[in-house]
Amino acid sequence: MASVKLNNIKKRFGDVDVLHGIDLDIKDGEFVVLIGESGCGKSTLLRLLSGLEEITAGDLYIDDERVNGRSPAKRGIAMVFQSYALYPHMNVFKNMAFGLKIAGKDKTFVNNKVVEAAKKLKIDHLLERLPRELSGGQRQRVAIGRAIVRDPKVFLFDEPLSNLDASLRVQTRVELGKLHQELKATVIYVTHDQVEAMTLGDKIVVMNQGRVEQVGSPLHLYHHPQTQFVAGFIGSPKMNFLNAKISSVGKENTQIMLESGRVISASIDSSNSKAGDRVQIGLRPEHMSLPCKENKIEGKVTLVEHLGELSYLYVDIPKEGELVLKIDGDNQYKAGDQVVFGIQPNNLYLFDSKGNALTRLTTSLEAE
Amino acid sequence: MKIVTGFLPSSPLNVSKSVTVHAILMAYTVIALFPIIVVIINAFKTRKAIFNDPLGLPDSDSFTLAGFQEVLLRSDFGLYSWNSLVVTLLAVGLVLLLGAMAAWALTEYKFRGNFLIAFLFAMGIMIPIRLGTVSILSLMVELDLANTLTALVLVYIAQGLPLAVYILSEFVRTIPKELTEAARCDAVSEYKIFFCIILPLLKPAMATVAVFTMIPIWNDLWFPLILAPGEETRTITLGVQQFVGQYVTNWNSVLSALTLAIVPVLILYTIFSRQLIRGLTSGAVK
Repeated sequence: MASVKLNNIKKRFGDVDVLHGIDLDIKDGEFVVLIGESGCGKSTLLRLLSGLEEITAGDLYIDDERVNGRSPAKRGIAMVFQSYALYPHMNVFKNMAFGLKIAGKDKTFVNNKVVEAAKKLKIDHLLERLPRELSGGQRQRVAIGRAIVRDPKVFLFDEPLSNLDASLRVQTRVELGKLHQELKATVIYVTHDQVEAMTLGDKIVVMNQGRVEQVGSPLHLYHHPQTQFVAGFIGSPKMNFLNAKISSVGKENTQIMLESGRVISASIDSSNSKAGDRVQIGLRPEHMSLPCKENKIEGKVTLVEHLGELSYLYVDIPKEGELVLKIDGDNQYKAGDQVVFGIQPNNLYLFDSKGNALTRLTTSLEAE
Repeated sequence: MKIVTGFLPSSPLNVSKSVTVHAILMAYTVIALFPIIVVIINAFKTRKAIFNDPLGLPDSDSFTLAGFQEVLLRSDFGLYSWNSLVVTLLAVGLVLLLGAMAAWALTEYKFRGNFLIAFLFAMGIMIPIRLGTVSILSLMVELDLANTLTALVLVYIAQGLPLAVYILSEFVRTIPKELTEAARCDAVSEYKIFFCIILPLLKPAMATVAVFTMIPIWNDLWFPLILAPGEETRTITLGVQQFVGQYVTNWNSVLSALTLAIVPVLILYTIFSRQLIRGLTSGAVK
């Protein structure tokens, strides 16, 4: 296992800059998730790390050794692909053993390695099968097994769960998490699914248009997004944004005027701003409570989605826009109802006109 | 055709469509098989019966094996068949190997001259190799290869390669890129990637190419006649010609030799086409 260090990594395809200087430090045994919208460069970055794509500029270190220009194998990485990429004409055993055999390892060693990995992944009864005789989940496990047997320094996962159906995805996700705890391997994992990122990652790297937007632990990103982009990306359903203006600044409390003229207060340090600045106010669906005491807002329910343990209320606020509320599932709301809800001042997020977050005051719970 | 109609739902429209399709295919089959059947039935008839009733089946009066006796006993039929077989198998084998390698290289690697080479192969499909017969002959003479099977093999490789590269390139493109990338992550060398991963996956395509390449080589009279007319290097098609005289043609022997010549190529075809059909269905079910 190994640490990975990226130093101002850049990638250009022809005249198009895809990655504009990525700096990243990955500790030994860390599970790092690269997340971002499609086309943000996360998969490209993974391919640069793997050595399948050439690095245009910058330095890549694995275990303090500069590995630019080295072949994937010499870097000691193993990659698991979204499409599994199993060799279709080889059975499961051969698929997993192929790399070792090529490396000239002796037969009993290969045998033991493969059987051990297969047991770990619970595919030891499938070793004689061909890939086309396996289900999607089983194929994905074989692909992971093929990576494990090589004892790589770094595991690279390229959206490994995207081709699985929903329930299998959850199950495999849990297994991946357990596997990581067991192997204590350094893992770099690309996904566009924020739930995967939040649940699996020790560290999440949010990417946007070829740049790293923010790096941090899942909860840190949730509570302290540096930009509006990150705030919108982490959390489901997405954070609600409303246009507003600062009406009075303060170190511990900021008064914000919404477009309708309603004023609400937030526990946010706005000492670097001034009254009258245009801002975006961020409200997480799960932070808006009914009934409420502070920062009352009222609106009309346009749609209710009942999910059982909770419900999503789509509420139209006159002159403001539509908000999504996540509330307890035990409710009687229906479309057309008038609701009044509120939001605690310390649950609000504020972003300036450039999309940068204003500092939130930390509560003891979220302190990290 | 069986495979295709099997999947169609049996509505009246589809039934009539499938009848039409079958009728056309049957008609084509009859037309294609007719000369072969005429050759085979007449090979077993006396010379007189051949001319009196060319389409009749051999009966007790007209049945004879004289032609086969003539061919097998009084000519080097064994040698001719062997020559044909060696030339065909070597040429087809090398066309498949070199064609697959070229197709892989042209589609997988980006290098200077890539497009030019692909373009030259495309030209090779369009321009018949026979146009170059004279220069090929003088080249072979200079290389001291006239009257050798090597000359034939070389020419047939050149003849078969362009189409093989073209067909195989299309197949190589359908192989997911992740497979080769996974192999590269597995530290597999580029040669091993080609031989252990790409080549097995190309099998159905190679069967197609083998059939396309094999038949014209086996049937060719032109190049054996020009490049290797010596007694030792004659192929079957050329060997048969000794029964075709200027004044008298020994039809019994010609037809018998042709009948025998069909057998090896039929066996080869069966082998390749099995592979071909297996490839097609395995792709369809998945």
